[in-house]
Amino acid sequence: MLNYLIRRLLYAVPILLGVNLLTFALFFMVNTPDDMARIHLGAKRVTTEAIETWKAEHGYDRPLFVNTQASGIEVISDTLFVDKSLKLFAFDFGAADDGRDIAREISQRMWPSLAIALPTLMVGLLCYLSFALLLAFFRGTSLDTGGVILCVALMSISGLFYVIGGQYLMGKLWHWFPLSGWQTGWESWKFLVMPVVVGLIAGIGDSTRFYRALFLEEMGKDYVRTARAKGLSDLRVLFRHVLGNAMIPILTGVVVVIPRLFLGSLIIESFFGIPGLGSYTIDAIQAQDFAIVRSMVFLGSVLYIIGLVLTDLSYTWVDPRVRLE
Amino acid sequence: MKPVILWSDALLFLLLSGVLAMVWIMRHRDWLREPWAKVWKSKLGSASAVILLFFLTVGLLDSMHYRERLPAVAGQEVQYSGEVLSVLDWLMTRQRTQVEKTYSAPFATHLYVKESMTGPDGQEIRDYPPLKYPGTHWLGTDKVGQDVFYLSMKSIRTGLLIGTLTTLVMLPFAIGFGIAAGYFGGRVDDAIQYLYTTLNSIPGVLLIAASVLVVQVQIEAHPELFDTAAARADVRLLALCLILGLTGWTGLARLLRGEVMKLRELEFVQAAHAFGVQHLRILLRHLLPNVMHLILIAVVIDFSGLVLAEAVLSYVGVGVDPATNSFGNMINGARLELAREPIVWWQLGAAFVFMFMLVLAANLFADAVRNALDPRDNTGAGRKP
Repeated sequence: MLNYLIRRLLYAVPILLGVNLLTFALFFMVNTPDDMARIHLGAKRVTTEAIETWKAEHGYDRPLFVNTQASGIEVISDTLFVDKSLKLFAFDFGAADDGRDIAREISQRMWPSLAIALPTLMVGLLCYLSFALLLAFFRGTSLDTGGVILCVALMSISGLFYVIGGQYLMGKLWHWFPLSGWQTGWESWKFLVMPVVVGLIAGIGDSTRFYRALFLEEMGKDYVRTARAKGLSDLRVLFRHVLGNAMIPILTGVVVVIPRLFLGSLIIESFFGIPGLGSYTIDAIQAQDFAIVRSMVFLGSVLYIIGLVLTDLSYTWVDPRVRLE
Repeated sequence: MKPVILWSDALLFLLLSGVLAMVWIMRHRDWLREPWAKVWKSKLGSASAVILLFFLTVGLLDSMHYRERLPAVAGQEVQYSGEVLSVLDWLMTRQRTQVEKTYSAPFATHLYVKESMTGPDGQEIRDYPPLKYPGTHWLGTDKVGQDVFYLSMKSIRTGLLIGTLTTLVMLPFAIGFGIAAGYFGGRVDDAIQYLYTTLNSIPGVLLIAASVLVVQVQIEAHPELFDTAAARADVRLLALCLILGLTGWTGLARLLRGEVMKLRELEFVQAAHAFGVQHLRILLRHLLPNVMHLILIAVVIDFSGLVLAEAVLSYVGVGVDPATNSFGNMINGARLELAREPIVWWQLGAAFVFMFMLVLAANLFADAVRNALDPRDNTGAGRKP
């Protein structure tokens, strides 16, 4: 087990290095620091001096990989790649273009994101699995057909519609909750409900249909027929046998996204004014702050790899046949 | 009149001729034609196909571009307007040119906002002024008085392009990497798996956002490459398709890898090996045809997802050019209209309903195709144990 974990963590290094190289190539080689300076300085007729000052201020005035002017170890270390890219491995994200420390912002903003995303995932899983079990139990009846048609219709609606429509109905028309905003502490619950409900509804169609297909796939297998032949009731077979065996594909999809919940949802957070990482990212994209985008890409990859390892661990928990060697 | 062929037009028509060529080849081959006949015979399949054909026609009409000749001035060379129009613009000239001052409701005769006017007795009054073209705007007009129906029709092309051209970019990577990884295994498999785990590990929106930002900067840095605004918007659209394709091949590649790993052990492949058939020939002759149904299913399923993704990306600000007509830009421009008093609902409504029709038709069509092509029928629809 420990061996397995160590091996997985070592395997993560080349992946993260690849991610870093990719973003570095995008942001420093395709797009030179000069281009970056030009966007931030705005006007088309920027002077060369202005560009040089901006680069010096933000620490972009060094060579990409090899610093020929330095001596000793600094030939390699005093370069953009080491300073801007490799430092990410130590979670040293540096400063954003507006001068604020990115790591600090992340550590503050991840909690509101999690407060929205975790309930959405958990309550969502419960709802979607129940709906899917219901449809699977009544398979072939008009309830099932109607449910599937409803699912396809729901998943054909743009997510933006759920957000805009939900905010309008619950916030503006019915005055159930404040339109947008955030408060620290337990008072924040009233700002939480609307984003969570909207997130839940937006996912219904897709997930219910997916889980229903999983359950039907399991129900076609021999062990189900055997269990029924033993005289077990339909319900018992569904909950004990089918649900249990469908757990592996369900977990594959769910566990891997859990660590990423910290990153939040771009659209929902920006619509409901949640000061989480999602709205942080969207602001950075709109302000073309590449330092933040690069940090978020790196963070996203780290969380994804953690998710992959957690998925493997969860297999051992639901399926005694799986052993991690 | 001078015809203009934008890059996306050329690619779209190339794709269309490719599909037509495939249909021509399939004409006399029953085993290829039969699943499609099944799609056409199913109620939902044929209904959604007809709706998709309608959208396709609109998109194609909107892809035949030209520039109008300006009124001739004596002693000067012939000049062409800088505005690029399409056949659809020409067909909808009335809706395109009959522009009001600002918002008006569907089929309204008066503007939606009050203005100060001089009454018949010379008094200053505040009332809803009459429209210039009353009753002609089926879906109302937007903030600057443009016809919403016209805007919605123009947005169809963008959705179609993103849904189809992205697939065109994605397929070579997905097929090449997926089949190679499954067939060769070993080092090749490791390398390809590394590649797609790395790509997968980056949150999709962020990778797309990062690439689009880079493209945007490059386009802004080289304004001399584009002679019209339409050409610039077009390159941005193509770049978006390219980026979506380059980041979106991993799912299908993984699926193909798994399938080929199974097929590789089957007798007919082993027999081909024993006869000394070359790798490339085995891949093309024996493996590719056997995973073709998975590829086709993935293509139709991806289409609807891409149409929806465009709206979200345009909202985030990393979608198509803000000047391009698209559902995402329509929604983005109208998102504050529900906060107005009284609310303006028709622009949002039109964008969502048009998108809903397109995506629903695509989803239903995808289901019909999957039922017809995949004998195992993964959805389990209509199956009773």
